[in-house]
Amino acid sequence: MGAILVRRLAGAVPILLIVSLITFGMIHLIPGDPAVAIAGMSATAEQVANIRRDLGLDQPLLSQLFDWYANLLRGDLGRSLLLGQPVVQATMLRLPVTLALSAYALVLTLLIGLVSGVIAALRQNTWIDQVAMVLAMLGISLPSFYIGLLMIILFAVDLRWLPTGGYVAFTADPIGWLATSTMPAVSLALLLAGLLARITRSTMLEVLRQDYIRTARAKGLPNRTVVVKHALANALIPIVTVVGIIVSLLISGSVVVETLFSIPGIGQLLTQAVLNRDYPMVQGGLLITTALLVLVNIGVDVCYAMLDPRVRYDRT
Amino acid sequence: MSLLTVSDLTTSFQTGGGEVTAVENVSFSLEKGEILGIVGESGSGKSVTALAIMGLLPRPPARIRGGSIQFEGQDLLKLSDRSMQRLRGPGIAMVFQEPMTSLNPVFTVGEQIMETIRAHENLSQKDSFGRAVEMLEKVGIPSASSRMTDYPHQLSGGQRQRVMLAMALVCRPRLLIADEPTTALDVTIQAQILELLMDLRDEFGMAIMMITHNMGVIAETADRVLVMYAGRVVEQAPISRLFDHPLHPYTRGLLSCVPTLDQDQERLIAIPGSLPEPSRRPPGCRFSSRCLSAVPACSEAIPALETFEPGHAAACIRIRDIA
Ligand SMILES: Nc1ncnc2c1ncn2[C@@H]1O[C@H](COP(=O)(O)OP(=O)(O)OP(=O)(O)O)[C@@H](O)[C@H]1O
Ligand code: SF4
Ligand SMILES: [Mg+2]
Repeated sequence: MGAILVRRLAGAVPILLIVSLITFGMIHLIPGDPAVAIAGMSATAEQVANIRRDLGLDQPLLSQLFDWYANLLRGDLGRSLLLGQPVVQATMLRLPVTLALSAYALVLTLLIGLVSGVIAALRQNTWIDQVAMVLAMLGISLPSFYIGLLMIILFAVDLRWLPTGGYVAFTADPIGWLATSTMPAVSLALLLAGLLARITRSTMLEVLRQDYIRTARAKGLPNRTVVVKHALANALIPIVTVVGIIVSLLISGSVVVETLFSIPGIGQLLTQAVLNRDYPMVQGGLLITTALLVLVNIGVDVCYAMLDPRVRYDRT
Repeated sequence: MSLLTVSDLTTSFQTGGGEVTAVENVSFSLEKGEILGIVGESGSGKSVTALAIMGLLPRPPARIRGGSIQFEGQDLLKLSDRSMQRLRGPGIAMVFQEPMTSLNPVFTVGEQIMETIRAHENLSQKDSFGRAVEMLEKVGIPSASSRMTDYPHQLSGGQRQRVMLAMALVCRPRLLIADEPTTALDVTIQAQILELLMDLRDEFGMAIMMITHNMGVIAETADRVLVMYAGRVVEQAPISRLFDHPLHPYTRGLLSCVPTLDQDQERLIAIPGSLPEPSRRPPGCRFSSRCLSAVPACSEAIPALETFEPGHAAACIRIRDIA
């Protein structure tokens, strides 16, 4: 197991190198003079020169690249032009907000998706199956901002059960966190839960047809054991790979939802940064988020190996 | 009272092209400690009969259209799911045709055997471990206790089939259904497994339903034989009678190539033609499309199983003419 972890971590190094290189290059993809573009239309020549100097754009490209990596190794991703804060610090302040929201949405996704997928498979071709799949399709087809807006109108404006937006940290007030996070988490989760339900259903149907399920029944095991132990343990193997993708989608989906519900997370931070041409912030934020996703996918790979002895024994 | 009595069992499958009858009016019985061989070409309905007895036909698409299955005086077709579940394992156990895919890939061999014990008996973890190891040794797995933590993919086909056997036998069933227990194995291992089954029959006094394509396997093990063709029983006989005086033209065809254990008769070359699809069976005698003795009258009605000697019956209208 340890060997798999080490191998995956080693495999992540080239990925992170490529990502950091692309992030570095981003600023040079701006057509024309990047410093002019960043400073904006109304900037004076002096302001442009300042930006050029601050970002090191007056240096030769190779030395810029060298500085980029030297700073990266020291954990320095520069300073946000907009906030005046170090990029790493600004990101780390906002990251827990997004992570807590994503974790909440992930739990909802897994709960709704797995349970309804398994039930639909067990009740294949009954009305329960059909209702579950229609709802799943609905969840997949409705954009999360649309679901979010509907919920705001219903639960915040009409019924006044929940606030329309804003954010309370979990550590400060768990109930407040739940109140402010539930609508955003649900609007993020519905799409992915629909996706997961459909995948779980088809995977379970496939697994339930396997010979070893018949064997489990032939041994006189109770139906519950056959489904929960024998079938689900196998169905989870392909499902876990999908969970990696789901986490990526959750984090990218948070951009929209954080804006809609005014939640001060990474999504909101990066949206503001992009709108204000705060390039260092965009670069740093993207790099940290990507690194995080790479880590998540390593975790998924390790789970995958833990669930499947064939993988576990092949590679250790 | 017989251990198992199957009467007029008829099962069908719902398919894209309508309902097809897989097994039709099958009747037979099995005594305590007896080995009943069931032979017939691929698709003749052997596995469907076995799965019907186990209550494991996938429903849908399968449907039991009629008949009864009495096991120790209980009609299995009327039993609740819960009672059927309790019967599987200690009452009736089954070894499947597909050793490579019949074990769950994500659990250890030991876990898969021990959970069977746990489902039916109140044994401590230590005792069920001991029982599982003992059973693995009995089916001829070397260094059994260290195999307990192996996963199925670490075992060869022969070993997996032995594990399946250990799993089926661990609750000492009164009836073992062995569906092609040796087809996937090479000749020497085949012989060992058959030997083992006979020994275990003697030791536990269990009855065995031995399903196979292979007349050699029948000759080695069975006390009595049921010959199936296109979902029906065409002949039933004690082993000695079957080989010395086969009655039905189909059985004669099966026997006309010399049966030996090491010859797999997946393709029964002695009989020209092939088993008709369930939807394309000829009217009257199902075998008439391939039978060398067929006459027009054969297509008029399905011949009934008729007893010619005590315990020896066949379903053919021309037996007295061709004998
Ligand atoms: N799931 C199913 N759906 C439709 N038809 C089926 C299904 N299972 C079996 N059948 C049909 O039932 C008939 C009998 O099949 P069965 O598996 O009992 O044959 P068999 O005698 O065991 O053959 P083999 O020697 O190949 O194992 C076949 O004609 C087959 O097409
Ligand atoms: S009934 Fe006719 S077709 Fe059928 S086996 Fe007898 S002789 Fe052949
Ligand atoms: Mg079969």
